Amino acid sequence: MVEFLSFREDDATQEPTVTVEAFTGQSNSTAVRIEASEDARELLPHLGRLSLVEVNFPAFGDGRGYSAARILREAGYGGELRAVGDVLVDQIVAMRRCGFDSFHPAKALDDAAVERALTRYANAYQKSVDGRAPIWAKRHPENLDG
Amino acid sequence: MYRYDSYDQSMVDARVEEFRDQVQRRLSGALTEDQFKPLRLMNGLYLQLHAYMLRVAIPYGTLSARQMRKLGEIAAKYDRGYGHFTTRQNLQYNWIKLADAPDILAELASVEMHAIQTSGNCIRNISSDQYAGVSPDEVTDPRPWAELLRQWSSFHPEFTYLPRKFKIAVIASDEDRAAMRLHDIGLKLVERDGRIGAEVYAGGGMGRTPMVAPLIRDFVSEDEIVSYLEACLRVYNRYGRRDNKYKARIKILVHELGVEEYKRQVEEEFAHMRTLGLNPPVEELDRIRAFFAPPAYESDLSEDIDRSDPAFALWVDRQVAAHKAPSYAIVNISLKPLTGIPGDASAEQIELVASLADQYSLDEIRVTHAQNLVLPHVKKADLYAIWQKLDEAGLAEANLDLITDIIACPGLDYCALANARSIPLAQKIAQRFANAERQAELGELKLKISGCINACGHHHAGHIGILGVDRKGVENFQLLLGGSGAGDASLGQITGPGFSEDGVVDAIEKVTDIYLAERTQGERFLDTYRRIGMKPFKEAIYG
Repeated sequence: MVEFLSFREDDATQEPTVTVEAFTGQSNSTAVRIEASEDARELLPHLGRLSLVEVNFPAFGDGRGYSAARILREAGYGGELRAVGDVLVDQIVAMRRCGFDSFHPAKALDDAAVERALTRYANAYQKSVDGRAPIWAKRHPENLDG
Repeated sequence: MYRYDSYDQSMVDARVEEFRDQVQRRLSGALTEDQFKPLRLMNGLYLQLHAYMLRVAIPYGTLSARQMRKLGEIAAKYDRGYGHFTTRQNLQYNWIKLADAPDILAELASVEMHAIQTSGNCIRNISSDQYAGVSPDEVTDPRPWAELLRQWSSFHPEFTYLPRKFKIAVIASDEDRAAMRLHDIGLKLVERDGRIGAEVYAGGGMGRTPMVAPLIRDFVSEDEIVSYLEACLRVYNRYGRRDNKYKARIKILVHELGVEEYKRQVEEEFAHMRTLGLNPPVEELDRIRAFFAPPAYESDLSEDIDRSDPAFALWVDRQVAAHKAPSYAIVNISLKPLTGIPGDASAEQIELVASLADQYSLDEIRVTHAQNLVLPHVKKADLYAIWQKLDEAGLAEANLDLITDIIACPGLDYCALANARSIPLAQKIAQRFANAERQAELGELKLKISGCINACGHHHAGHIGILGVDRKGVENFQLLLGGSGAGDASLGQITGPGFSEDGVVDAIEKVTDIYLAERTQGERFLDTYRRIGMKPFKEAIYG
């Protein structure tokens, strides 16, 4: 079983996170935690000083965190983006595609199931923020920039 | 028809293996039912009253003979010999064993089919006009757009756990045969200045709070439709309500924000989205479009139909529609026999329709949102032969859009959510109005029955709608009048206190009597209702 998963080259940030309210109100913190109901765009003016954004999933069926993650990556955030809370193995692939690169699930995951999930789909239909060329781009290599 | 390439095939194959793994983990106890539920739902597998129900996607309602034949084989092998066609142009099997589900998905994948996202809080199967590609009145064939959106929405990483389910329809005619404005998003393709694009409607739906979708954008071009829809979905995913599942559909968000505010937020998000390179190049839509090029119709065929057999002539007048090519016709096959279950077809009937499509309809079949089937490319010269074969199989009912062409949900006979039985009521109504002349006299009259407030039977959109409710443990039926899911979309109004099963059949008869007495030349039931209002009907029913 695995309690913490990282896909980053660097070590996971150890600094404890603070709430969005605390983060935007003070200048020395570099790690923040977003709750599902909070607006990730509030962090956009401060991306430069962030090294960790933790996005909480209160229940696996609450998909707001996927949008939060993509918004941060679309804005150029390059630091650690960690999914925490009710994160299940069957959600990892979509979360990776939305830009999450570390995971700290409330309940440990089965390593083998994670491995199978991550290698199962060789391709994806949509362009997202994970840098993968979507199927339509592979079908039309002359338009890879399109 | 669209054919999978190796990419499409590898996606559905991977899904079969993924689901096999998930079922195995469920059967071994590694997954709890709570954890398994959203996974099986994303694969169209519901736990019903008596067994699992599997819902198979029929993208935009188009099937080849080979695919249809496979659906019949699965019905015979894994179900009790039936398939049920749904109001979203899909097919459901009502008697599935969990352990068989992965094998069924593998069989479907072998004919380029799947059950991906046929349930769950995600973007569902894209629906369309059953006459797409053959209707004389369309601007363009809407199915290439629907296929583009099928691919875009499949395994979408951001929109897999939306507040609630999300249904999209694409049409391209003024006459709306797909109830487009009763979808979460409806696209109507239009031509402006020589360019094809979409009018976008958002926030329609049935359920507890029925709404007709308002227009939110006048034109989105084909090379920006994906980024525009991403913007619509992102606003919904972030701000749609998650505190109450009955208020979680996009219609509630649009209603609570107001159309203008929702539009403003979408436009703001779209301005951002269109910079991200999310749209497939136009060449991709062209690639898909090539699959839907009109087939090679034969020329020099007779346009005459021999009407000497009166039963055949009656069927032609009711079930056959005009085709783009003058010597061809569109055949509607009724799945509403007077004593049957609306939308049900036996394995043998499914096989028969497959072979008719093979032989007479250029290998194509359509499913309609009214739970009937269509053979879209039939030579007029072949109509009589087809009618004879349909008649032998009990499929030659001539009741398209008549009072016995009833849409009904599965109701309490199958569904865990239902409050009342829809199917026996549909059968009682069909028997009361069985007389063919009486039906023809009443003309177009769309009757729709839902067994609970979730409105799977589209009762809000029926010229006559019936809603089954539970009143102190007894089934009770409310009657609605004046709904429409067509281009003139409107929501039905409740007449007043509800009825018993027999009582509602009597009430419908009184309603039709008023119509016959009050109508003016050429008026349909709906037109008369709209002109004279609820009052005379109410007086007749309760007076």
